[in-house]
Amino acid sequence: MRLKHIVGLLSAAAMSVVLVGAASAQEKTVKIGVIFPLSGNAASAGVHGKAAIETAVEIINTGNPGLGNLPVTKNAGLKGLGGAKVEVVFADNQGTPAAGQNQALRLITEEKVVALTGAYQSGITVTASAIAEKYGIPFVNGESVAANLTERGFKWFFRTTPVAGDFARIYLDFLKDMKAAGQKVDNIALVHENTEYGTSVANVITALFKENGLAIAQDIAYSANTTDLQSQVLQLKDKKPDVVIMISYTSDAILYAKTFQALDYKPPMMIADNAGFSDPSTLKTVGKSIQGIFNRSSFAIGAAGTPTYLINEMYKKKSGGDDLDDTAARQMQGFFVLMDAIDRAGSTEPAKIQAALKATDLKPDQLIMGYKGVKFDEKGQNILAAGLVIQLEGENYVPVWPKQLAKTAPVFPYKGW
Amino acid sequence: MSSILVQVIVGGLLLGAVYALFSSGLTLIWGMMNIVNFAHGDFVMLGMYVAFVVWTVLGVGPFVGAPVAALVLATVGIIVYFGLIRSVMKGPMLAQILGTFGLALLLRYTVFWGFGANFLTLPGDLVGGTYDVFGIKLQASRLLAGVVALLVTLGLHLLLTRTSLGSKMLAVSEDATAAQLMGIRPDSMQAIAWAIAAGATGLAGALIATFFYISPSVGETLGIVAFVTVSLGGFGSVPGALVAGLLIGVIESVSAYLIGGVYKDIVVYSLFLCFLWFRPQGLMGKM
Repeated sequence: MRLKHIVGLLSAAAMSVVLVGAASAQEKTVKIGVIFPLSGNAASAGVHGKAAIETAVEIINTGNPGLGNLPVTKNAGLKGLGGAKVEVVFADNQGTPAAGQNQALRLITEEKVVALTGAYQSGITVTASAIAEKYGIPFVNGESVAANLTERGFKWFFRTTPVAGDFARIYLDFLKDMKAAGQKVDNIALVHENTEYGTSVANVITALFKENGLAIAQDIAYSANTTDLQSQVLQLKDKKPDVVIMISYTSDAILYAKTFQALDYKPPMMIADNAGFSDPSTLKTVGKSIQGIFNRSSFAIGAAGTPTYLINEMYKKKSGGDDLDDTAARQMQGFFVLMDAIDRAGSTEPAKIQAALKATDLKPDQLIMGYKGVKFDEKGQNILAAGLVIQLEGENYVPVWPKQLAKTAPVFPYKGW
Repeated sequence: MSSILVQVIVGGLLLGAVYALFSSGLTLIWGMMNIVNFAHGDFVMLGMYVAFVVWTVLGVGPFVGAPVAALVLATVGIIVYFGLIRSVMKGPMLAQILGTFGLALLLRYTVFWGFGANFLTLPGDLVGGTYDVFGIKLQASRLLAGVVALLVTLGLHLLLTRTSLGSKMLAVSEDATAAQLMGIRPDSMQAIAWAIAAGATGLAGALIATFFYISPSVGETLGIVAFVTVSLGGFGSVPGALVAGLLIGVIESVSAYLIGGVYKDIVVYSLFLCFLWFRPQGLMGKM
């Protein structure tokens, strides 16, 4: 009897040792799901985003003390989880909301990821994050700007990027300033693609401009997958707006640039809402035809030796030589915020990560983006996100507004090609 | 009529000619062997990449790139016929659909793997700039594509109706067994049909590349238009594809200009469905 007891106790002890061992082995990696458009029309943006996340993972897992105050980069792995390594599982949203949703489900139920990030297109972030909400898995988004993403009462969704409203405010203040400087801005045209992203940004801009006495004279919606944009450009040519605001993805941005040139159309001022017009693909292929276009950004590579400069050097090795653009940088920032929260949570338990995200309070020197910080409101939106206006000059965008952040003054009129 | 509206219609005609150009290959395959080639859009995409490679390596435009693309794609067409089509034709309809669909994905992701996801373009002035005719802008690259579309359509039509090769091809499509009894080898004829169709498609791709973006998934965007053009024109009718292409181009342009870009597809597709209701065989197709 006694012997049996002892054997029983011993085997129980052995089993618990094995179990504990297994548990701590599991804790050695933190699995994160990343949903991007890796095929379809937005694949070029997705591939750059993937390179950005891979760069961040490398920085975190190998440790890189030279990156200033950027969190989770000091030592190899996540200190809060005993040096656990980060493992990301990339999933392709194929450019459709349905695929994005399926991938979120797969990552959560089959890959057992502890948190999600992505999914680039606002319309796909909507469906993917709804699955995360249902399963109680934190979803941190660094790049989708449609306003309603954080208006759904979600408890597991956090967003670090400035949103449509912030940008609309930037455009408004910029245009008011330019008006004061003698530039004509009375007749404004909005050209936007017709999914969640384009429509919501256009609506927010229209509403805010109206409140402030700037009317949108022309609203041109189009499908980003279209084969031809001549008619849309001719509509602009017909109405002759003073300012054209473009809200486009990449394929359509390239097609617009080509069509503007073919039909010899140049408005006095052209503003692009990031996305397609920030994609390195666009700048490489048609950058020469859209000289002087304004754009929004929250990212600058910075002087040699700065953390952003060093990160860009690492990123270039993964992107095939392309510089870190604003969109990919915002995606990387979202990922760093998530990793910082998991590190502080010291756990991969969703509820603890969620609590840590809620407690996030990062200062400007802890970020790669030019935000005033990262701190989430009760809706999960970063209230310290900020941006500036840049203008395309040669191959690069340069900061031109507001004055305290500008490198040069804005140049008028729009030059084109 | 305002000069802008004239520009819209001219733009629509040039666009329509391009639609016709890349649809002729699809309609030929259908007419010859009742196979819907779902990889058609990706053949266009391959043609675009060939033109890009020719430009990058040799520094020359579509006058060399387009014939090279036609030859490369004709070869691809023959390989596809002997490697895939000949076997799936013996299977059920579903096998044909899935076979060519699988081929489409294979081509798309092979190019994706080889060239990456980045968008590419040819320089805008490769063919020449834009002409201004009485205030109407005519882009040289689109004009070239339009003219070639007319020539290709005419050439294919003459080939099928005026040459002995064409008669043999038609004989095989009417009744392969009977044709074989007459000493015509169906296999060779169908392989030739695939070569011509794929070659014409490659040519189209190389010309479209002079004014469109190039990406691995561009075939998706262009493929759908080709299917609509071919079914409106009548499956198997080469002149039908031309008329249908021009019609769709003009309707798209005018409706996008007058009503708005997001509604143009509604206009085109509802007209298309109405038309098929009255004439299911298409404009020039035979029942």
